[in-house]
Amino acid sequence: MKLLKASRKDPLLRDLRRVLPPDRVRVAPLERSIMGRDASIFEGGQAGPVCFPISTEEVQDCVDAARRHGRAVVPRGAGTGLAGGAVPLEEPVVVVTTKMNRLLSVDADQAVAWVQPGMINLDLSRALAPYGLHFAPDPSSQQVCSLGGNVGTNAGGPHCLALGVTSAHVLAVEVVLMSGEAVVLGDPDGWGPGLDLRGAYVGSEGMLGITTAIAVRLTPNPPAVQTLLLAFDSVDEAAQTVSAVIADGIVPAAIEMMDKNIIWAVENFVGAGFPLDAAAVVIVEVDGLPGGVAAEADRVAELALERGGRVRRAADDHERALIWKGRKSAFGAIAQIKPNYYLHDTVVPRTRLAEVMNQVYEIVEEHDLQVMNVFHAGDGNLHPLLLYDRREPGVMERVHAAGSAIIEASLAVGGVLSGEHGIGIEKRDFMPLMFSDADLDAQARLRRAFDPDEMANPGKVLPTGASCADVNTLGKVPEGVWG
Amino acid sequence: MDSAGQAVIAEVLEVIEKRTGTALESFAAEVGSDDPVAVEGGRTRWEVGGRCPEGIRLVRAPAGIREFDPADMTIRVGAGTPVEELDAALAEAGQRANLPLVSGATVGGVLAVGRDDVYALGRGRLRDALLEAVYVADDGRLVKAGGPTVKNVSGFDLCRLLVGSLGTLGLVGEVILRTWPRPAARLWMAGQCDPAELRRKLYWPCSILWDGLTVWLHLEGHESDVEAEAAVARSLGCETVDGPPPLPECRVPAAALEAQEFRGRYLVQVGTGSAYVSEPVPLPEPDPAVVALHRRLKAQFDPRGRLNPGRDPLAAT
Ligand SMILES: Cc1cc2nc3c(=O)[nH]c(=O)nc-3n(C[C@H](O)[C@H](O)[C@H](O)COP(=O)(O)OP(=O)(O)OC[C@H]3O[C@@H](n4cnc5c(N)ncnc54)[C@H](O)[C@@H]3O)c2cc1C
Ligand SMILES: Cc1cc2nc3c(=O)[nH]c(=O)nc-3n(C[C@H](O)[C@H](O)[C@H](O)COP(=O)(O)OP(=O)(O)OC[C@H]3O[C@@H](n4cnc5c(N)ncnc54)[C@H](O)[C@@H]3O)c2cc1C
Repeated sequence: MKLLKASRKDPLLRDLRRVLPPDRVRVAPLERSIMGRDASIFEGGQAGPVCFPISTEEVQDCVDAARRHGRAVVPRGAGTGLAGGAVPLEEPVVVVTTKMNRLLSVDADQAVAWVQPGMINLDLSRALAPYGLHFAPDPSSQQVCSLGGNVGTNAGGPHCLALGVTSAHVLAVEVVLMSGEAVVLGDPDGWGPGLDLRGAYVGSEGMLGITTAIAVRLTPNPPAVQTLLLAFDSVDEAAQTVSAVIADGIVPAAIEMMDKNIIWAVENFVGAGFPLDAAAVVIVEVDGLPGGVAAEADRVAELALERGGRVRRAADDHERALIWKGRKSAFGAIAQIKPNYYLHDTVVPRTRLAEVMNQVYEIVEEHDLQVMNVFHAGDGNLHPLLLYDRREPGVMERVHAAGSAIIEASLAVGGVLSGEHGIGIEKRDFMPLMFSDADLDAQARLRRAFDPDEMANPGKVLPTGASCADVNTLGKVPEGVWG
Repeated sequence: MDSAGQAVIAEVLEVIEKRTGTALESFAAEVGSDDPVAVEGGRTRWEVGGRCPEGIRLVRAPAGIREFDPADMTIRVGAGTPVEELDAALAEAGQRANLPLVSGATVGGVLAVGRDDVYALGRGRLRDALLEAVYVADDGRLVKAGGPTVKNVSGFDLCRLLVGSLGTLGLVGEVILRTWPRPAARLWMAGQCDPAELRRKLYWPCSILWDGLTVWLHLEGHESDVEAEAAVARSLGCETVDGPPPLPECRVPAAALEAQEFRGRYLVQVGTGSAYVSEPVPLPEPDPAVVALHRRLKAQFDPRGRLNPGRDPLAAT
């Protein structure tokens, strides 16, 4: 409480209120406590002044003020992140970009749009509907998450299997660096000489600067779509079918998997028509031109039948929408079962899915917890959801122990720490399991090239230690090195 | 499989592991940590982005396919592997990697140059093909960027930074690439029509090239889809041809041609921002803030300027 009161007299606050109207620089305890969290399980974040700029210039002004007072800056979108990326540590200036939410321009011929970072993911695709275009990355949180947050985490979604995650759909970004300069990385026309600064920036979790505009690549709506609901008597058969589809050389638009527990929860919640007697369902969507779609759907059905699956094809748009509604309301459905959940996010090679799924069930049982699985099976992106009631004494230790064991099991088969949620605070200290000191040092160098004083979102992604390597290498490039 | 069989496989795997481990380590040892050094691929684009000093010490990245599980649709290869060799190995499994197929060029070379081929409109950008890279850093250490799975957001995306970096940030020894199914049907067509209209009317053209008069179109995919799209193109005046015209040597931004009302021979690669011309045209100056970021990255990754000296990614077209 002391900190909160003191900050009203903070000279930084005075400066911020010189550049932004007072109603857009907030210090009320309630607001700062909301901004102290995101959708992850992390508590204990402490926001300093919370700023809501509405233009690039205002973002620059906020950054300048913070710099003059030696305060760090945490960029924030809608706060739906699951790795604690937007959780402020030690009262930084929080720069929330949600009020910068306009669609700036659409060039339908070139399939490019400029958007502001606060625009909600789904609002963009809705606005593009008249052009027959959409933005391909569709995180399950797309009704609420912002495009700036999607760039920050390099977000994925069910329909990123064939088309790639956010990075593949971002042509350029306008960024305010911690020096206060605004710079465009990449090229909206797609040409772009030089290093791929755009690519290095996407997924940097707010640690290289603040995104103030984004040029996104737009995807034509497919002329034909078929959605199949495959039901299996075992998770093994389901996982093997996923691997078989990939091995067959088919890259569907989406392959999602849900296990029995989540099927029950979802059916209870929205009545999507999922079979309650199945151990797992797999949703496969193929899209494109009609001939290829029909052939691929037939082949997927054949592969499922060979593995003991039952096949239902969505007869019309209504049935298709219902299947996706079931998939996308999975998280909401969970609240009926336990008050809290911890959603994990690792990736394994697609040939190892069945094996790792089985391990996940064993791990969860060992730790006396409940798990539900609803995930992007086509790219091997597991999302085990651990359910718990945090009022139960000692439960958090078990949740964390099970989480670590799942991460280790994923890495052991050649997997990675995160497929789409990012590292943030959550997995920062797991980074050495995947990367050597030299690897982490290289990432810290990228960070310092953009933000030498480490003022943007400090304390995330890189474990402490990775950033203090060889300060003497900070020197200048000798003349003539570039020829 | 019996246990003897499994033991043999385990042994073979260990040998492979050792060999690749050793290949990377000897590459790192060869690169060393002191003097200026440049890495050669197939030398098909050796001087792009500037010349190395005379007499600079040259090294080569290890070659060969290390690991390929067709069912996972990823492949691990030495960066010195010729792209044609990679393509032949993938073709046997009905797959391909999204790398330009330049005769004599290497995987490391095409990634370091980072230039898309003419199919980028339909197949996506070269920069998205790279999942993991192991490179030798300026201090001689081996560094891993990215990870082996098709989806991965663990830490900063150094792989994107390496593509197109001309070996100025690190010398790449080995990479993991995402692979794709080879399409069942492919077709080149050409005719005199409006490239924008052609693009609008087709769902997923793989390549559209335009020289101001003639349009060349590449279609690929399922047979019946290619046939359906070809019918659309025919209705606009296109006919089947053997292949695309030869590309003029210099790549420039298409926007620069428009701005300069360019009169020489050119070929626009529709939807990618690129055009090809026979004579270089003056290019727009990069933003000083972008140039400054390039300098700072170089200063961070290679403070002594020993890796591929003389090359400047900003000067590569
Ligand atoms: C129910 C649920 C389902 C989800 N499903 C998915 C899914 O399918 N796929 C997926 O990828 N994620 C998913 N997520 C996670 C989350 O929605 C994504 O990570 C999303 O991209 C975060 O967007 P946001 O606007 O909420 O960003 P925030 O949480 O506010 O921020 C995320 C990160 O981006 C940075 N950032 C935000 N805005 C900016 C900016 N303007 N400039 C610079 N940095 C910025 C922050 O500093 C932080 O590090 C899900 C979350 C929930 C709660
Ligand atoms: C006639 C011609 C036409 C072309 N047309 C096209 C085209 O249409 N589309 C297209 O996409 N590309 C085209 N290219 C370029 C091509 O894609 C490759 O970029 C080029 O062939 C480089 O491969 P290389 O192995 O020969 O590299 P080299 O020429 O040997 O080297 C090129 C650069 O890459 C660096 N390099 C090489 N290996 C590594 C490594 N392991 N690590 C780090 N740096 C490395 C070198 O030091 C050098 O700076 C063309 C090239 C030629 C010669």
